[in-house]
Amino acid sequence: MQPPSDLLAAPETEAADTATAVENPTVGIDQSVGDFTYDVKYAFDAGSGLNEGVIRYISDVKKEASWILDFRLKAYQTFLDKPMPTHWATKDLENIDFNKIRYYLSQGQKPKRTWDEVPDDIKRTFERLGIPEQERKFLAGVEAQFDSEAAYSNVKDIVAKQGVIFCNSTEALREHPEIFRKWFGKVIPTGDNKFSALNSAVFSGGSFIYVPPGVKVAMPLQAYFRINAENFGQFERTLIIADEGAEVTYMEGCTAPKFSTSTLHSAVVELVALKGAKIQYITVQNWAPNVFNLVTKRAIAMEDAEVKWIDCNIGSRLTMKYPGVILKGKRARGEVISIALANDGQHQDTGAKMIHAADDTTSVIVAKSISVGQGRSTYRGVVHIPKHLKGCKNNTECDALLINTNSRTDTYPAIVVRGDTHAVQHEASVSKVSEDMIFYMQQRGLTEAQAMSLAVNGFVNDLVRQFPMEYSVELKRLIDLEMEGSVG
Amino acid sequence: MPSLEIRDLFVALAATPDKPIVKGLNLTIRTGEVHAIMGPNGTGKSTLSKAIAGHPDYVITSGDVILDGKSILEMEPDERARAGLFLAFQYPSEIPGVSIANFVRAAVQARLAEGEELDATAYYKRLYAKMDLLKIDRKFTSRSVNEGFSGGEKKRCEILQMAMLEPTFSLMDETDSGLDIDALRIVAEGVNLMRGDKLGVLLITHYQRLLDYIVPDFVHVMYDGRIVKSGDKSLALELEAKGYDWVKQELAASSAAVANA
Repeated sequence: MQPPSDLLAAPETEAADTATAVENPTVGIDQSVGDFTYDVKYAFDAGSGLNEGVIRYISDVKKEASWILDFRLKAYQTFLDKPMPTHWATKDLENIDFNKIRYYLSQGQKPKRTWDEVPDDIKRTFERLGIPEQERKFLAGVEAQFDSEAAYSNVKDIVAKQGVIFCNSTEALREHPEIFRKWFGKVIPTGDNKFSALNSAVFSGGSFIYVPPGVKVAMPLQAYFRINAENFGQFERTLIIADEGAEVTYMEGCTAPKFSTSTLHSAVVELVALKGAKIQYITVQNWAPNVFNLVTKRAIAMEDAEVKWIDCNIGSRLTMKYPGVILKGKRARGEVISIALANDGQHQDTGAKMIHAADDTTSVIVAKSISVGQGRSTYRGVVHIPKHLKGCKNNTECDALLINTNSRTDTYPAIVVRGDTHAVQHEASVSKVSEDMIFYMQQRGLTEAQAMSLAVNGFVNDLVRQFPMEYSVELKRLIDLEMEGSVG
Repeated sequence: MPSLEIRDLFVALAATPDKPIVKGLNLTIRTGEVHAIMGPNGTGKSTLSKAIAGHPDYVITSGDVILDGKSILEMEPDERARAGLFLAFQYPSEIPGVSIANFVRAAVQARLAEGEELDATAYYKRLYAKMDLLKIDRKFTSRSVNEGFSGGEKKRCEILQMAMLEPTFSLMDETDSGLDIDALRIVAEGVNLMRGDKLGVLLITHYQRLLDYIVPDFVHVMYDGRIVKSGDKSLALELEAKGYDWVKQELAASSAAVANA
């Protein structure tokens, strides 16, 4: 089984520029959102820049088996060999200085079992982010990652009773290689793109989950990721395997403090849904406006399996992320629900990939983007249905909302369908928040920012309803924060 | 007693500030009063209401609007609203994905002091009480604001918002000649229910028909950007019988008299 490579390189077709970015000095972003940091003493620090020594250091600190070190070193070579995917997306990628990035930091702690054991400084950081409410509520389901290592985790014990394995990448590969090695790096091969290669070389943290056959995990498993050191790239690695008939929901939330120099986040997330399994993967991200968020996410769905990505991207300097599903088994179903908000100075280049590889497979893509000020959002999608298949279905819907005449949105849907027994639908729309709509809401007493926020929340409302309750509340709060800063 | 005073008001489109549409209009409304402004199409009736509410398309080139002794001209539209001014829109905007219940809730929340949280239970209790009063179906408020609404539903939505926000002064733009009888009744019943010494109403209409349902205390005839004739409800009937040409002729006669004097 070799999935199609080059996930990041979706072809550009049917380019449809609806507006051109123009200087707009009146619209600013709220620079204070997430602008804080705490002095954290790192027990292990691989320094700046990347070379073989750094990779050996990481592997050594983690006490990894030699096959993992070999995997990392090979990936490093691939990373060096691969060109930057600059030609098709944005030249901004060229501004990443790989020599200034710190590839590994750790406090040298083992994951904590209870909230009480979590160091106060880490708690304080979470509190500042408004996370504790959910922590309290969902304490049992939380695995919070602090920088590269999970700082808190007690969910393991609870789900372990069902035979579920839930741990970080280091522990998983050390303790359960017989389960994870088989799929590790198989859904997303190292050489898929430059950033998956980078991740494969220096990965740290992330969640590895195995759900045994027929087990339905009732509580959503959660993890919070953030970056807390200047120039520190976070390269988490996640692999979720739902065995036959198993069901699991994973939730990931990201917020990061603001720094003056660019930060890189480059994760690799692989999902494996075996026969009849269901995986739902939910992300709400709110990156600081200086973060490069270059993530490769892909799932493989076997016979009758279902995979659903719910992906919400707010913030960052540049996000490139196209969750995909390879519909490998008959009647497999893949779904991507995507919300992207690009504020001033930000570029959200997001979308979805649906690779149909079996008969009667179904895929659904619903993408909504919001461009504010000079923010730019791009939908980039691939739907591939080859000729030899029968009865495949795809429905793609992309809607864009523009909140300023200077904002920009592009849509690049690449839908390749061969054969005559398939049903494919594609819809796209672009709308604007009109002056009259804002005035109408202001006339009812809402400030301009509140009015815009409400308009945006309304635009994404049908998608937000699919989020778990506490996430939709958080999402609304994030949108409010973004819109507060966007009114000139 | 609270009052809304419009003093020698000149209004133009922001794009063409040297071409006034409202030209020196004077009017004072007190709470407890219902004023009707009538007049032929294109005399600036809708412009007047939008300018008072602070619509960015319009600019007040001179004169003043005073709410409870304070000029509102420097205030943002939302500040004017929170100060007690309500505009019932002729063509209210659609807000896709935002339910009426949530929209009104946001508007009510916006009136609370900073940090004060809305009591959701009390809010819904009040919302449902108002809906019962206005004979509005419970399902109505879960629909997106004005999205795909009929003319009558739009009016119902406006009236419900007015009932919930309890303004001191309501400007009601009902100039549309195409308004059906059902929509007229909804507006009229709403206003009649809310009518009282805590509310002042400025009813803008083209036809006498609406005034069959809402009996005004004062009737003003607007022509060419000004109020040219004021009277009680009988003026509306006279207008209906004689038509607007009668006003025009009277005006022409009086200005001729001025010219001859």
